[in-house]
Amino acid sequence: MINFDNVTKIYPSQSRPALESVSISVDKGEFVFLVGPSGSGKSTFLRLVLKEERPTDGRIRVSGRDLARLSNWRVPMLRRRIGCVFQDFRLLQNKNVYQNVAFALEVIGKPRRFIRKVVPEVIDLVGLEGKHERMPDELSGGEQQRVAMARAFVNRPMILLADEPTGNIDPATSIGIMKVLDRINRTGTTVVMATHDAAIVDSMRKRVIELEYGKVVRDQSRGVYGQAY
Amino acid sequence: MRAQFVLQEIWIGLRRNLTMTIALVVVVAISLSLLGTGLLFVKQVDATRSYWQGKVEVSIYLCTAQSVSVQCKQNGPATDAERQQIQQQLTSMPQVASVVYQSQEQAYQQFRQEFSNNPSFVSTVSQGDIPDSFQVKLKNPQADYTAVASAVTGKTGVDSVIDDRSILAKFYKLLGGARNAVVIVAVILLIAATLLVANTIRLSAFNRRRETGIMRLVGASNFYIQLPFLLEGIIAGLIGWLVSVGLLIAVKSLWLDTLQQYFTFNVILSAGDLVEVVILAMCVGVLLCGATSFLTLRRYLRV
Repeated sequence: MINFDNVTKIYPSQSRPALESVSISVDKGEFVFLVGPSGSGKSTFLRLVLKEERPTDGRIRVSGRDLARLSNWRVPMLRRRIGCVFQDFRLLQNKNVYQNVAFALEVIGKPRRFIRKVVPEVIDLVGLEGKHERMPDELSGGEQQRVAMARAFVNRPMILLADEPTGNIDPATSIGIMKVLDRINRTGTTVVMATHDAAIVDSMRKRVIELEYGKVVRDQSRGVYGQAY
Repeated sequence: MRAQFVLQEIWIGLRRNLTMTIALVVVVAISLSLLGTGLLFVKQVDATRSYWQGKVEVSIYLCTAQSVSVQCKQNGPATDAERQQIQQQLTSMPQVASVVYQSQEQAYQQFRQEFSNNPSFVSTVSQGDIPDSFQVKLKNPQADYTAVASAVTGKTGVDSVIDDRSILAKFYKLLGGARNAVVIVAVILLIAATLLVANTIRLSAFNRRRETGIMRLVGASNFYIQLPFLLEGIIAGLIGWLVSVGLLIAVKSLWLDTLQQYFTFNVILSAGDLVEVVILAMCVGVLLCGATSFLTLRRYLRV
């Protein structure tokens, strides 16, 4: 599903590579934790998958497509098949829960009938039934992240990328978030989650890829957070 | 669905920077009005020119008892023989298309007719004050005037030779100068309008960077992301254009059409001319706003 072949990324302003000769392969339906200290290249990895950045060297394939050969006007099509969740939620403050989720479908031109049917389903899936009309500032952090996940998942992407989704949320609430991610994973969606949260990684027992200074130092199925130390 | 969404986005954009939008509308309105006024001037001058085209003549005034020039004083009024001689010479010249003799009485009647709306002026002139003349039409007024004029100037019985073009030239110069001034100001304002469009769109894009960021993330096409901004610019341009249509109608009916009263000719621009100018102004306005928005967006809303 995601294939990195000897990928190196050097940002123009930096001499040290953000990623160095990284080769990773993530299969369809996998749940992968991406761990490592700040600046180890986790976010760069995610940005490369979205083609927000181009690799300096190496080849990236997403669902069999070579990203280097993907023309610019087709990048939106790639992104429609990838959902994204962030630490800071990135909700629209002037839209309620329903509108925030529907927005993702409106802007890719889905018919209204389809939106009316699908959005409530996804809001239920993330556990926010009955809160359609709430505005983001009336929700807790955990609830806001659920809205963000609903928005990321509403178009049924093949891949869900999560960049420290529990970073702003207390441990108790994080468990709920992880349950939603797990539920999404069970529908067959590949999930890649970058995180610092050792407790979560240890409890889930999924594949763990550890990055350090832009290199893969560990790739372990059913791993834990801190085994390398 | 799509249309409703796009319209909603445009409305949000226009409302969020209302002051910028108003400034933009005003500047577009004024610059398009001035541009249109310039174009109406051009049309007025053209219409006047073609009106006069067939009428431009060389007038050769003959000496009368009242003539004050030295030459006429010496030789006295033109005799019939002198008149015939001049007429023969004129008709024999290859450059001359036609020669018409206008007697003093005919000249007086024509004068009364042309200034019939100004009786007090007419009453100060009596028959005999206006000299008799030859009205000469030239085949090519531009090139042949000097040859014809020099042939008859100084002949006995000839008082003065007047080229009608020299009278019209003053009028053209007046209109031409006004037109140039108006067009220059219009161009400067159009440049200001362009900068304002760019700024408005940039502000709008900045205000909505969260929305556009999410749109990019969920895979909205560039066209879909940019369309509301593009239309925002174009709609502001169109509103400005509508205002300018009103101003242009006013310019034509209150100003250009009343010019006729001060000149003894009847060339009023048709509604068709106005429509042509107005449509051209719309094209300029829409193209300017649309193209500027588009170029600005390419800089500020990259994939």
